[in-house]
This record gives sequence, structure tokens and C-alpha cells, in this order.
Amino acid sequence: MEPITQHTGLVYPLNRAHVDTDQIIPKQFLKRISRKGFGQYLFYNWRFDEKDRPREDFSLNQPKYQDASILVGGENFGCGSSREHAPWALEDFGFRIIIASSFADIFFNNCTKNGILPVVLKEEETQQLIKNAEKDDYYLTVDLEAKEVYDNAGFQTTFDIAEYPREMLINGWDEIAVTLTHDDKITAFEKDHVVY
Amino acid sequence: MTKPKTIIEKIWDKNVVHEIPNRPSLLYIDLHLIHEVTSPQAFEGLRMKGRKVRQPKRTFATMDHNVPTVHTNVIKDEISKLQMDTLRKNCEEFDVPLAGMGHKHQGIVHVIGPELGLTQPGKTIVCGDSHTSTHGAFGALAFGIGTSEVEHVLSTQTIWQAKPKTLNVKIDGELGTGVTAKDIVLALISKYGVDFGTGYVIEYTGEAIRKLSMEGRMTICNMSIEAGARAGLVSPDQTTIDFLEGRLHVPSGEEFEQAKQDWLSLATDPDATYDHTVTLNASEVEPQVTWGTNPSQCIPVNGYIPNPNSKDDPNAQQEIKHSLEYMGLEPDIPINSVPIEHVFIGSCTNSRLEDLKQAASVIKGRKVSDKVNAIVVPGSQTVKAKAEELGLDKEFLEAGFEWREPGCSMCLAMNGDAVPPGERCASTSNRNFEGRQGADARTHLVSPEMATAAAIAGHFVDIRTFV
Ligand code: SF4
Repeated sequence: MEPITQHTGLVYPLNRAHVDTDQIIPKQFLKRISRKGFGQYLFYNWRFDEKDRPREDFSLNQPKYQDASILVGGENFGCGSSREHAPWALEDFGFRIIIASSFADIFFNNCTKNGILPVVLKEEETQQLIKNAEKDDYYLTVDLEAKEVYDNAGFQTTFDIAEYPREMLINGWDEIAVTLTHDDKITAFEKDHVVY
Repeated sequence: MTKPKTIIEKIWDKNVVHEIPNRPSLLYIDLHLIHEVTSPQAFEGLRMKGRKVRQPKRTFATMDHNVPTVHTNVIKDEISKLQMDTLRKNCEEFDVPLAGMGHKHQGIVHVIGPELGLTQPGKTIVCGDSHTSTHGAFGALAFGIGTSEVEHVLSTQTIWQAKPKTLNVKIDGELGTGVTAKDIVLALISKYGVDFGTGYVIEYTGEAIRKLSMEGRMTICNMSIEAGARAGLVSPDQTTIDFLEGRLHVPSGEEFEQAKQDWLSLATDPDATYDHTVTLNASEVEPQVTWGTNPSQCIPVNGYIPNPNSKDDPNAQQEIKHSLEYMGLEPDIPINSVPIEHVFIGSCTNSRLEDLKQAASVIKGRKVSDKVNAIVVPGSQTVKAKAEELGLDKEFLEAGFEWREPGCSMCLAMNGDAVPPGERCASTSNRNFEGRQGADARTHLVSPEMATAAAIAGHFVDIRTFV
């Protein structure tokens, strides 16, 4: 997984609450057996009509957002199905940072295991960022070392993230390799552990 | 005397392998359930790194999401077939037990776990599926994980977890006739919202929960995720023990007596405290119908579709408006006047034998409306076989329902069973999200009894007066 310490990028605003993982990547695309190539199906039912033509009225289809790497969404982002295809699709499309006022637990976890940083800000702040990005080409910087988000026009705020996912993201660690350094403890535990 | 503990703390303490200050703990996983959709990339990851499955015997696989429910011997969808073949190969290569297509135990992962006695009190259970919370009904700590975590559990039999906060959802009072576990959980989410459980593990307590069957408890725990909680559980009691005794993977004889003692001792201690408590009075719950695009957008069957103007907050107005538009509904009309075209009885929420029995009991010789397509999809081969022994298949078929092969089917419409665009379905499943049952499909969540009644009437009806 690619480490992430500080990232500056174009913001894509998605002003909707409760965006669920089926909207992020509809189920008809879950049948592949590799982790790659899901970006083309991101938000598919919003981006394309029944004849697979791009829907002009969906904002992510506008040329100005094509290089966006930061998504700012509404509350309870990523609710619903546990499918990790959702962060795979976001990452493959080019998003490295998702900002929202709250995230569903499993989605949050899945992001951090795939080099995507989920950032929790206050609802007023996300609304402000969404407005800014709807108006102009809007860039933000997210600093995971300092736990800060800022632009070059005076917006500046801090965020909280637990130490563990922060460390994993900053170092781009393979979690299994880390766990396997505790292999002896797992083996010792298994000796006395009762499972019927 | 030791400090009183909740069942959540007891399971946690029993299964922590290693703790590091200010970090998640390494938690041992007792049962890892697997299905075809969220596992291929995990096995691929193992292969790429030359890793093995640490405990194949604590792993169990089935096929459910993609499986066809008609003509199951020829799988027309090439990509679904590839996913199922991949699971079969992976299970062979890594020695994981599999109840795949054609196996007499195949079925929805959350139906077969309890049915086979794999699900037991005190176990930590994970699966690459958000409705893993279902297994909590037995007093297990069970939650959904992503594919990277599936790979992690396969290879280490552990997962890094922060100790959860505890939420007591206390449901007292007596359920009225015709009101079910499904109505309790819908009413609960409608009262407290789709994220009141976020960050918590829920324990459902109170006399109404105690009186429920294991099936009813599973229905409630199943939808914990719709309240934002990754896990929801019920302390084990005699009902739990009676359900488990004699099941395939449950020990017998003396070992069962020992297990029984251990299991009952896991129940929350009388004076244990929770981080937070919410309550619901079961006697006030009425049969529920969702009208919108998340499970909290729900009203009693005799209620009226909400009007956006009834809210002051512009965001709340917008949310209602958006949902009404998607659902093709006008505000202020009675929900029981809305005609439906489809009925789906199935899913890990409501496809067990008890659900099918209750659904069938509503028929009473009547027929499905000629404007409605209604299907019944049993949760597993075992449920199907037992239902057929009881003649339920005939009752459904005679009434005009279709009787299908087990699988997830129209709950998420991945296998080709879908609600066509713009059409309306009364469904016993758990999610009414946009597109869940097919592109532009409109879903109303209800109990199995309410679904049958709607199939017959062609619109929603109050089951309490539908005699
Ligand atoms: S029945 Fe529906 S909710 Fe349950 S596991 Fe299958 S797809 Fe998921």
C-alpha cells in the first residue's frame, strides 16, 4: 500500500448524506476476482444512464473534476454493504482522501487498508468545503503528520484519527506482516483457548 | 467480588491475544465464514505472498450472493460462474470446508451458520459481509469485515480491533398480535436513526427480547448494521441452548453439558453497566413499512407518507424530497393505498423456517393478486427441505407464489433476480437503498406476514385486520 503523509489535490464535492457502498460501486461490478480496474465503475448508476451513456447532470462527469483526488461528502459516508470494492473503486479512480462529517465503521477501516485516508471534519466545515469546490477549482492540503486540513485562502482546521490507522497509512505497512511478528503469541493463545 | 461485566466484555476478555496501550488489540477469531463475492481477492493475496490459511477448520465457506434461484444446474452468467468456480478452487487449495452449489447445506451464510451449529455463544465470528451481526443472536460477538481483513483473518486467525463501546437497547413490553421482530427493529431504527449504533456493540435486552424465538432474535441482530452498529447481540438463555442442542457442529453428551454451563455463564451480569442505553416499548410497536431509501424512513402501516414541509431543517426537507422522488411517492397519502408489483420473501433477515411458516399462515386459501409477482426464496437447502416436508411449498405455489432455490436473490439482485426499473416491491430483506433490488427499483421493507398480505391485496394492508 502506498504511504500517505501529506497530500494536496483538487476537491470533488458530493453533497449527499448516507452515500452507501452500492452507490459507490453497484453490485453488478462485484463479480471480478482481482482488486484492480474498479475505477471505471465508480458511482456507476449516477454517472451513466441505462444505455451506459454518461449523464451530463452528474457532477463527477464534468471535465473540471477529472483530476480530483479529494472527495468531500455528506454524513454517514460509506454505509451499507461491507464491500471493499468501494475503496478499490475510489482509489482506482484517483481519490486518496475522503472527507465527511461521519463514516460507516467498516468503510472507514476498508479505506485505511487501501491507502485512502478518511478525514472526519465538522458538518459546518464539510459544507463549507463543498460550497468552495462547487464554485471554483478548489485545492486542499491534508497533512496526516500534523492532522491538519488547509487551503491557500485561509481555511485551516485539524482532525482526529486513531494512532493505529495513522501509523499504517503513513508507513504504508502490510498489516499481515505486522501481525505475524506476534505469531508466537497467537500460537501460545491457541494452546489454551477453548472453542466448542 | 469481581466487577460485573456485560457479555461483550466477557467475550472480549476471553479472546484478546495481545494488547498494546493506545492501540487496537489483537483479537482471536473463533469462526470465519466466507462467501464467493468478498473472498477471491483475499485468497489471491495469500497466494501472492506464499501465505497459508492458519486454521482451515475454523473457516467455513458457502455460495449465496450470486447463485441462481432457478435452473441451478446451468449457470448462465459466466462471471458469476467464474466467481463460484474460484471459491471452489480456493477452498480445495487451502483445505477450507465448503457447502457450495449442489451441497445439501448450501445457503445464505448467515442462515447456515446457526443452522449447522457453527454459530455458538461466546464465539468471535467474522465474515466479509455486513450482516454478520445476525450471529449475535446466540451471544456471539459477530461482525462484518472487508476483504483485506478477510485475508488477514485467513492468514493469522486474528484481527486488530479497538475495544468496542457498549450500547444497551432495552426492549420491554409485550408485542401485539401480528407484530414481529422485524417491526421491532424497523421501529427502533425509525426512532433513533440509521447511525445511533455507530462505534458501539449493541446488546438487546428486556422482556420482549427474552420472549422472542432465536429466529426473531436473529432478525433483530441482523439489522444492527442498519443502525450503524457493526455487531448486536443477545445474552444466551434457555431458548439459545434449546435451539443449539443436537445441531451438527454442537458437541453432544458430557461436552454439551460443559458447553452449556460455559455459555450460560457468559450472559451479562445483573449489575453490569453500559456506555449508553436506549429503550423501546414493544407494546407500542405497530406493523411497519418503509417509505423511503434508508431503513429509518419508516412508518406504521396505517400512517401517511411524510411531507418535506413538515420539517424546518432544509437538509431534512431535501432528504425527504429526494427519497420521495426516487420512490415515486406523493406526500400525505396513506401508505396502505400504494399499489405494489412485486413481493420478495427471503434474505438473511427473514428466510428461516419460522419466517416462511408465518408468511404462509396468512394465505388461508387466498391468491396472490394478478398484478403482483411474488417469490419465496428459502434461506438454505435445509430450510427448503424442511418447508417442503411441512407442505409450505404447496401452499405458496397454490396461492400463486414462486418457490425458488436458496440464495440471497432479490435482496441485492446480484444473481439476476431483480425488480425492474420504477417498479415497487414489498420485501422482507434489510436494505431499501437506491438500486438495492435493481436499478431504479423501489423497495419497501416489511415483515414476512405483511409481505404475504401485500401480495394478496396488491397493496400494503394492516396484518392485524387482514383476517
Ligand atoms: S441475504 Fe442480502 S443482506 Fe443477507 S447476506 Fe445475502 S445479500 Fe447480504
